[in-house]
Amino acid sequence: MTGVELLIWVRGPGLQLSLAAFILGMTYRILQTYFLGRAKNLAEPRGSPWIHGMKTMWWRSFFHPGMTIRGYFTIISGYTFHLGFIITLLFFDQHIELFKSWTGLSWPALPPLVITVTAVLGIAALVAVLVDRFADPVRYLLSDYQDYLCWVLTVLPLVTGLLLVYKIWLPYTSLLVVHIISFEILLVAIPFTKLSHVFTIFIARWYNGAIAGYKGVQS
Amino acid sequence: MAKPKTLAEHLEHHEVSRRGFLKFCALTTSMMALPPSMIPTVARALETARRPSVIWLSFQECTGCTESLTRSHSPTIENLIFNYLSLDYHHTLQAASGEAAEQAREAAMAENHGQYLVAVDGSIPVKDGGVYSTIAGISNLEMLKQTVEGAAAVVAIGSCAAFGGLPHAHPNPTGAVPVQDLVHDKPVVNVSGCPPIPVVISGVLAHYLTFGRIPDLDGYGRPLSFFGTSIHDRCYRRPYYNKGLFAETFDDEGAKNGWCLFKLGCKGPTTYNACATAKWNQGTSFPIQSGHGCIGCSEPHFWDAGGFYQPLSAGIAGVGTLAGVAVVAGAAAGTAAGLMHHAKRKQAQRQHEKVTVADLKESGS
Amino acid sequence: MTVSVERGIQTLKEHIDAPVASFFTTCVHCGMCADACLFYTETKDPKYTPIYKLKPLRRLWHQEYTFWGKLAAKLGLSKPVTAAELKAWEELVYDSCTMCGRCSMTCPVGNDIVYMIRKMREGMVAAGFAPSGLKAATERAITIGSPMGVKFPALKNQIKHIEADTGLQIPVDVEGAEYMALLSSMEIMNFPEYIGAIAKIFHNADISWTIASDAFEATNSGIQIGSSDLAAELVERVVAAAERLRVAFVISPECGHAYTALRWEGPNLIGRPYPFEVIHILELLDRLRAQNRLPVTGKIKEKLTFHDPCQIVRRGGVVDEPRRLLDMVAADFAEMEDHGIMNWCCGGGGGVSANERAAKLKLTAFNRKRHQLEALGVNTLVTACANCRITLEEGLEFNNMDVAVLGLAETLAEHLEEQSTSATTETP
Repeated sequence: MTGVELLIWVRGPGLQLSLAAFILGMTYRILQTYFLGRAKNLAEPRGSPWIHGMKTMWWRSFFHPGMTIRGYFTIISGYTFHLGFIITLLFFDQHIELFKSWTGLSWPALPPLVITVTAVLGIAALVAVLVDRFADPVRYLLSDYQDYLCWVLTVLPLVTGLLLVYKIWLPYTSLLVVHIISFEILLVAIPFTKLSHVFTIFIARWYNGAIAGYKGVQS
Repeated sequence: MAKPKTLAEHLEHHEVSRRGFLKFCALTTSMMALPPSMIPTVARALETARRPSVIWLSFQECTGCTESLTRSHSPTIENLIFNYLSLDYHHTLQAASGEAAEQAREAAMAENHGQYLVAVDGSIPVKDGGVYSTIAGISNLEMLKQTVEGAAAVVAIGSCAAFGGLPHAHPNPTGAVPVQDLVHDKPVVNVSGCPPIPVVISGVLAHYLTFGRIPDLDGYGRPLSFFGTSIHDRCYRRPYYNKGLFAETFDDEGAKNGWCLFKLGCKGPTTYNACATAKWNQGTSFPIQSGHGCIGCSEPHFWDAGGFYQPLSAGIAGVGTLAGVAVVAGAAAGTAAGLMHHAKRKQAQRQHEKVTVADLKESGS
Repeated sequence: MTVSVERGIQTLKEHIDAPVASFFTTCVHCGMCADACLFYTETKDPKYTPIYKLKPLRRLWHQEYTFWGKLAAKLGLSKPVTAAELKAWEELVYDSCTMCGRCSMTCPVGNDIVYMIRKMREGMVAAGFAPSGLKAATERAITIGSPMGVKFPALKNQIKHIEADTGLQIPVDVEGAEYMALLSSMEIMNFPEYIGAIAKIFHNADISWTIASDAFEATNSGIQIGSSDLAAELVERVVAAAERLRVAFVISPECGHAYTALRWEGPNLIGRPYPFEVIHILELLDRLRAQNRLPVTGKIKEKLTFHDPCQIVRRGGVVDEPRRLLDMVAADFAEMEDHGIMNWCCGGGGGVSANERAAKLKLTAFNRKRHQLEALGVNTLVTACANCRITLEEGLEFNNMDVAVLGLAETLAEHLEEQSTSATTETP
């Protein structure tokens, strides 16, 4: 396949298939988890699981009392790379055109310079997180191949996107193909790796809050 | 009147000044990405070049490529060079027709065997034995094979000949293929574009006349000197792209201000051609300058690469139906798997063996 | 049937539910739970990271309840959970976890880690990998009726002393009483003052209560070792007694895990809701306070603080009650930096104090509490769990710290303003 043919494929069937795999996989994953079910709680409740669950879903997004340096580092670097990634994804002109072609919706973009900053910050935070994964004995012990694989899958769209916008290394067409493929691989990988936490984090937090909330504790 | 023997004489005959000729040589040299020190060499070679025999085959095409080269507003050195060629067969331009025309082709082939150039515009239909396009009862496929057999090189002029072009577009009912898919034992130069830029055609011919061989080619068989950089890289609107200033419609402020046409579907970033530098109509303008995005006509499959007005970053296939199917399939599979796992858990619970005090007396091993 | 790794795995399969699946799916291996665990903070040993203690369970979930995991297992790409692995994890699951649940409060993705440790222990018991000390305690609980081997005659003996001391009658097996009080054997043996304290307070507030001679023990080793079968058996005894005596309330004493066992796990263990209500003694005292039935006099002048028993506060939901009660009698009440639902465990919960093998680690973990107390600079520490109390006393003694540990109910009883008008009980 030539570069042009690849480009047509990744912009056409590639996007279709990866988006379909993402939607199918994520729906599958969430429902599979839900239908595993859990026992009905027969104890007399002291609080509302629903309300506490929703609150935990929200409050776990922030610092919590008694955090240590590891905690601050995790939250700050985590926010930096998550926001860097999401802002770059959602507020770059050319990406908005993609979402527009899917949904018909569009919204104002951020200037390319700002997007460059968010992408670079995202990459920097990801590098920091990776270095820390090796340097921190706790994190190193917990890590498995998926942590490194997912790191690569996350950083690639950011790096190839920057190379593309600044036309570094490869011709535009090749970089565009690589960039779109990196995004498509990420899309496909999300439901089937620990990256699925992008959705299941809300389920996990809800369960946590609901379990504690049943006893009247805001977790 | 005796035919001029060399290009210099030919130009003189048409009252082209020495100064004009050297200007053309300089332009050609720079377009061919040769150093300025090569200008005298090019000039000398062109001055003394012998007229080569050219057989021009028109297959599934629209004559736009010929138009591009011949219908300039005023005579140019490009078309003078073209005129200088011994165009022994070109059924749009030649006076002869019918059997006489075919005889001219056969005569030229016999006379210049191994020496002549074949120029092709249009794609070749190969489906059903090539019945979809014939000339004088001969299929395009057959004629190409016959003609190329004794050729020195083949120049595929225009995107149809180079990459299949419009006839090749999905669903390609005639099984159209480009020249390079059929000719493997002769050098093939692709001068793509719909149509190609005249100076690029003449530049390739000038290169052949100067050096006696075809120029360096890119991955798609196109002369690197003309197709080495993208439209985007040479586009005067590039600074707007860098600043994120885009025209959203063809009549908004952005369009009036001459901002980047990316969002209106400009394919400049992925299109390799010399439009932004050589321009069209004697250097008057090119599509982007005229307010329309590049449609990417010099790239393979440009008809199948999404709509002309779809931005390059947008998907080119609908996702709505597929997304709906994916949700339903995912929901079905997820529910099934979840219930299966639920049953597995319940099964384990049914098979549960009650832990007793006796169990505590044992140790696992 | 004998214990085996297969039986353990089978048991774990029963216990992996939707929350567990969502937690394992979501974990991003950030390691923040390490900082919430006193076994990690006091040793800096990464293996004590809470989520790491669940590694075998996580793999089992993946192999049994995910698409790729099942596929990989079929293709032999992931190794099965083995007896050797579970044995190696025994220390992590029991010795270095008090089930305090602090990690569950800090996980940024919301994993309830202790919820899973509780489940993991079910499999460990079925596989035969539980600490011998905890096994022996559980065995005594089932066969004798108390993990410390306390039988009713021993309690009766204590009751006699208390009755003599207080001049109050301790009601035993009174049918139709409103409240049935439970005790922990730790209280019976080490802190019988608690019985006197509640007797005084209840008498003062004119509460009809009783102790059941056949179900006075509140502790539930089945919960600690992690066997629902054994835990259910112990809960059934309490339920049977409460039903026999037709009480409206069962009072959970100053014991952490007893509250979890009775209040939150109990109905689920026996598979039916209770015909009575379980109330923690602190909840009851707080209700009496609100009804002005708990008049106190005099305040403790020294600065004091409250040690939150994890199972009562963070895992139990009784958070503000002890504070309101302490406010009645403490002139200078100060909170430790992390308190309430973010408190630090004493280090002895979740069966750790019954596990002799963990004694040294428990004392190391106690350093967390030591630092908290030193930072606050108090000499009086009030708590509401006999097991915390013993662990704290041991730790304080080991570190030569001069801090007095008091039970909350006793402290209140000491400051009780006797209401002679409401005294209806005859002198013994």
